[in-house]
Amino acid sequence: MIPLQAIAIALVAAFALALALTHDLVRLAMLSSVYALTLVVLFLLFQAPDVALSELVVGGVAFPLVIVVAIVMQRGG
Amino acid sequence: MTRRLRLALFGASGAGLAALLLWAVAGLQNFGHYHERYGLLLNQVTVGERHTTNVVTAIVFDYRGFDTLGEEFILFASVIWVALLLRDVREPGGRRRDRMTSDPVGLVGIGFAVAVFVIGLYVVAHGPITPGGGFQGGVVLAAAFALAYLAGEYRTYRALTPQPAVDLAEGVGAGGYAVVGIASMLLGSAFLHNFGPLGTAGTLASGGSIPLLNLAVAIEVTGAFVLLFTEFLEELSGTPGAPSE
Repeated sequence: MIPLQAIAIALVAAFALALALTHDLVRLAMLSSVYALTLVVLFLLFQAPDVALSELVVGGVAFPLVIVVAIVMQRGG
Repeated sequence: MTRRLRLALFGASGAGLAALLLWAVAGLQNFGHYHERYGLLLNQVTVGERHTTNVVTAIVFDYRGFDTLGEEFILFASVIWVALLLRDVREPGGRRRDRMTSDPVGLVGIGFAVAVFVIGLYVVAHGPITPGGGFQGGVVLAAAFALAYLAGEYRTYRALTPQPAVDLAEGVGAGGYAVVGIASMLLGSAFLHNFGPLGTAGTLASGGSIPLLNLAVAIEVTGAFVLLFTEFLEELSGTPGAPSE
């Protein structure tokens, strides 16, 4: 394992922990997007660019978008 | 259940899970030392047999093409259910008013949307050659439409994604994949067996029927995500009692 990969794993672990400790839903949506970005870097460093692309759009954009929309709906537009 | 009991329960199960995870990770092959026969075989034969330089695409749309058919219909079925559930409860005629953003924001947003759209087309078209393909490119294309909305132009977004066209894309994408499979049966081989000229490896026209399946999936995924996004947006404006923005 090269040092960059170790750093990426540590980053993913740190953001996953932060995600688990976040209670505010709006922050959770934002943070899950950033967490997805750390995963994208991890997948790229482990030579899985196809998975990285999917994670970038699904984890980075689509999933937080659905959460944000759900929050807006809950709060009555 | 008291707090102490819950913590004890979590401690015991958490420690067990951590031990099992560590055991599993320790048993993994080292990075770069892959030994599974199936993967090594495919890495060796794919470029020669299918003329696609992206082995992942060849696996998804050829060697394991039947699995992808199932995956595509999972997406199709879930999106159709969302549409069925949400369209049924929503009162017709949305009350959403257009929220205009400032011109510079709109201009930059539309600029980004166009750029992302082109990247999406690139990712789809180069699926058999470089990382990417119908699934990834399709979501990028859908993100371009979402960006057009975020630029503040709801009217533009609806004009770009008329519902009949989106519904059609959703159906044509899912059905098209099956049609390509049936076409190879009509040509005398097994369902979804590769047909057509294989072309030169590394060019856009390579891989026989792989680009066709790739395109079908791209249309399906784009349609699915745009449909989902539209339904959520409509839900926001059409909820009874919710103030329109």
